[in-house]
Amino acid sequence: MSIAASPTTELTVQRDPAGTLVVRLAGPWRLQSGLPPLAEVARELAGPLPPTITFDTRDLTFWDSSVLAFLAGTSRLARERGVEVDRSGLPEGLRRLLALAEAVPEKADARAAEVDDLFVERLGERVIEAQRLFERELEFVGQLVLSFGRALRGRARFRASDLALLIQQSGFDALPIVTLVTFLLGLILAFVGAIQLQTFGATIYVADLVGVAMVRDMGALITGIIMAGRSGAAFAAQLGSMKVTQEIDALETMAISSLDFLVLPRVIALVLMMPLLTLYGDAMGILGGGFVGVTMLGLSPTEYLLQTVDAVNTTHVVGGVVKGTVYGALIAVAGCLRGVQSGRSSSAVGDAATSAVVTSIVAIIFACGVFAFVFYALGI
Amino acid sequence: MTAPNGSAAGASAITVRGLTMAYGDFVLQRDLDFTIDTGDIFVIMGGSGCGKSTLLCHMIGLNEPAKGEILYGEESFTRAAPGRRMEMLRRIGVLYQSGALWSSMTLAENVALPLGEFTDLSPGEVREVARLKLALVGLAGFEDYYPSDISGGMRKRAGLARAMALDPDILFFDEPGAGLDPISSRLLDDLIVELRDSLGATIVVVTHELASIFAIATNSVFLDAESRTMIATGVPTELRDRSTDQRVRRFLRRGEA
Repeated sequence: MSIAASPTTELTVQRDPAGTLVVRLAGPWRLQSGLPPLAEVARELAGPLPPTITFDTRDLTFWDSSVLAFLAGTSRLARERGVEVDRSGLPEGLRRLLALAEAVPEKADARAAEVDDLFVERLGERVIEAQRLFERELEFVGQLVLSFGRALRGRARFRASDLALLIQQSGFDALPIVTLVTFLLGLILAFVGAIQLQTFGATIYVADLVGVAMVRDMGALITGIIMAGRSGAAFAAQLGSMKVTQEIDALETMAISSLDFLVLPRVIALVLMMPLLTLYGDAMGILGGGFVGVTMLGLSPTEYLLQTVDAVNTTHVVGGVVKGTVYGALIAVAGCLRGVQSGRSSSAVGDAATSAVVTSIVAIIFACGVFAFVFYALGI
Repeated sequence: MTAPNGSAAGASAITVRGLTMAYGDFVLQRDLDFTIDTGDIFVIMGGSGCGKSTLLCHMIGLNEPAKGEILYGEESFTRAAPGRRMEMLRRIGVLYQSGALWSSMTLAENVALPLGEFTDLSPGEVREVARLKLALVGLAGFEDYYPSDISGGMRKRAGLARAMALDPDILFFDEPGAGLDPISSRLLDDLIVELRDSLGATIVVVTHELASIFAIATNSVFLDAESRTMIATGVPTELRDRSTDQRVRRFLRRGEA
């Protein structure tokens, strides 16, 4: 029978009077227009087995990997069924390439075995793996505490210029995005509050709502989430790529602790900057609320400010700043942890950065919940 | 350094005893036993993927042995307490495959960091020594360049300057010739021999470049990926001419047995 894959290419598989299977290839076979269909050969071999397969390529005007792949497939099928293949009808180049492909026998265990594990087995492995990871994380935090102790005694070794640069990167450079997001958040809170409060004619209380919400919780929370995406991811990516380039190995073999030298300054920078950024975010949120109050609700700026000062007390401010500081520590530790754990490839660095952001945000929300409970219990 | 430390040439610098290297259950190499003498240029050779670089990582404490131990002189490095290990590490220098310079620091700062950490030199003196070390590897005038500003060969030489910062007794080289043109590779080989002769340092080189192996090695160990252990040790030129093992001869003669 005969198959025309495109107007000019041709594959014929038929038996000659002696029973030999003759595979005839003709025309220009190009990879772009597809492989000669191996199914034709397979169908013939499914019937009574021929003693040999021969090839007729007299009218083959062009060939490339498409024909080569077809021939390799044919050889494999023939080998499986114990049929001899006579390659004398093939062009010289094709014969040599086929020989090259078969020169090194397939390594039996090189292909990844698809092991069909039991569900329980996989679950068990996951649990053991999770426990091992958790132990490593605890160890990291413990080591970090020791490193912090060394820093307090003035014996941790990192460069002051590194710390200064990190403070600039994670503090000052974050101001534009923190300004934008917290200002808009204040705006949104004011709108939401205004719609409810207008029905009671109590629009002035928008100032209370925005002020207390921002200072107590939202300022720290939103700034934390911004910093998780900004600094947490950056820390993980920096430390991860330093692992890829062996820079961390170079520190360790020089008897310099990478924890002291790389992780500690990052944690310190963020713990120092987060309270300041939180306070700044609080102020921007109140400004955003005031903008709505003054331009849409007909309140005077003085009135709004006085109402805010009245509503917000020191406990709120301190509480918010404490939360922000804790979030900062969580982000820095999560970012550095994921960076240090990163594998030694560029995709592993990407995974580390992603994982750093996810871990920090989960940690922040969890801590936020704990704070809410504790502050409620304390009656703050 | 031999002369200042007074350790005699011929004494053992590093002993690898019954070492088995494994990742989890997968054994990479087992039962490695060899000694590196002081003043040797010792080559760890073998085909790709046989565990040469991993052996180096074991020797400098980045990987832990699955079995066996590594001794520096007479003292076990593997069983040393963390603090003592740190002290032992200060006697060695490592040149990593791609240099592994700290990318946020200039070349001078890279060399100066270990000097600032482990010596009592004043900042001015540190700067002076760093400049000298860079000059020794032919990088005078490049003090204020960042690693990303210079070529791969220069990064390697700068990495070497950093490895030599504290005048180590033992220098490790991971694939020194990889990624270098033949002339730079040859110059680096010459530099290695020069350092051994002038500083009296012991040198351990991981490589599979035959030209380099025959030019510099005074002793070697051959790791085989198939049998997962060492199958030869000795001077490479002698192994090439006299080894009875087909695999070693084939490797050292570029595939011709």
